[in-house]
Amino acid sequence: MSQTRDIIIVGAGIVGVACAMECARGGLKVLVLDRGPIGGGTTAAGMGHIVVMDDSEAQFALTHYSRSLWHELRPQLPEDIEIEVCGTLWVAADDEEMAEVHRKAKNYGQRGVRVEVLNSADLEKAEPNLRRGLAGGLRVVEDFVIYPPCAARHFLEQARKHGAEVRTGVHVKALRSDGSVLLADGSSISAGRCVNAAGPWSPALTPGLPVRKRKGHLVITDRHPGFVHHQIVELGYLKSAHSTGRDSVAFNIQPRKTGQMLIGSSRQFDADDLTVDQAILDRMLKRAIEYLPALGRLSAIRAWTGHRAATPDKLPLIGPSTVSDRIWLATGHEGLGITTSPGTGRLLADLLLGRKTEIPSAPYAPARFANGGAHHE
Amino acid sequence: MPANPIQLRVNGKSVLVSAGTVLAAAIAQAGVTKFRRAVTGGPRGPLCGMGICMECRVTINGQTQCRSCQTLCEEGMEMRTDE
Repeated sequence: MSQTRDIIIVGAGIVGVACAMECARGGLKVLVLDRGPIGGGTTAAGMGHIVVMDDSEAQFALTHYSRSLWHELRPQLPEDIEIEVCGTLWVAADDEEMAEVHRKAKNYGQRGVRVEVLNSADLEKAEPNLRRGLAGGLRVVEDFVIYPPCAARHFLEQARKHGAEVRTGVHVKALRSDGSVLLADGSSISAGRCVNAAGPWSPALTPGLPVRKRKGHLVITDRHPGFVHHQIVELGYLKSAHSTGRDSVAFNIQPRKTGQMLIGSSRQFDADDLTVDQAILDRMLKRAIEYLPALGRLSAIRAWTGHRAATPDKLPLIGPSTVSDRIWLATGHEGLGITTSPGTGRLLADLLLGRKTEIPSAPYAPARFANGGAHHE
Repeated sequence: MPANPIQLRVNGKSVLVSAGTVLAAAIAQAGVTKFRRAVTGGPRGPLCGMGICMECRVTINGQTQCRSCQTLCEEGMEMRTDE
């Protein structure tokens, strides 16, 4: 059996399973391995915000492409994915951030993304719980929210329907340049190619990858339907998410279908353990309460953390590695892995199968870091 | 007539209690046993009485999800249980 296996995907997070789904649909014989449950790592610590971003042209291309793939998938997605097409509301606190609203509105508008600019009064009407005196905002109408672990499970079911095999509880030690994988028990599994889709753990399996763990915290409240109506993100988020240095927090809140509010976000490098860091959690919640004063009266019922897989240029690694053309990569998605998983799967399968990709794949090619990637930062 | 009476409204019905009375007790005094509805629709009421089980949550002065067993009655308080 193993002789006929085309590809082993290591990592059953949402990116790995999206790759598995697309590869299996393309007729490849796929094996998916994960040491834990499906979507139990970074996927379970993502907000599930499907969002178009425009920090760079390449980021826009992949998020926009992926969001359109998500919209195509919508009719077939099961109920437990809890889709809410609530849109994103980017909030501007001051005139400087309002200038960014106008820049973003123009950029999105020119590229066919539906947006609406809100002034201060519009914003107050759209989200009465936001503090008064904010400058305005940008509503990105077709952004939406999902529950990522169930989306991952669904993708994997699709992969299985197309013949993919899945094994969980399997600890992979390394991906090897002959396309096989070495397991912790010393045995190996052979295949034509292997794909490292292990997110924050990918450098442990393929040494030298320019991927670093970036820890994040999430908090969820009890149920208050209608407290907010959009995924609301402060435009200052861009400053926070972009800084590659010190710990940062930003206001980012999401209404769940249950009426609960999911609150982010924090970013910390060099914070390997997954324990909740009370100091940064306090900063994160204070930031949220600055924007939504009434939030302070609600009860948080749970807080947890996860690691993002961050790259120096904020773009994922999708395609053949520089180590071997039999080791491929689908990792480094940082905070956008849920959004960009369908696009990643499609790109990877197109490249593997020699099909024409629907968007240029070069910006995500791992080869851009062939010289260590130091020139990017 | 209780000593140092406080008047509040439980589901719109006026109730008189002594100062220092816990809201959950006032609700019970008003004859209400269903404090909230579970997500699955079943009726819920106070179980632990010490703020842990969250089953006594009611809406107080418009604020939802408040624990009635951890709240003292106040003059003019308006509280509602789930339908």
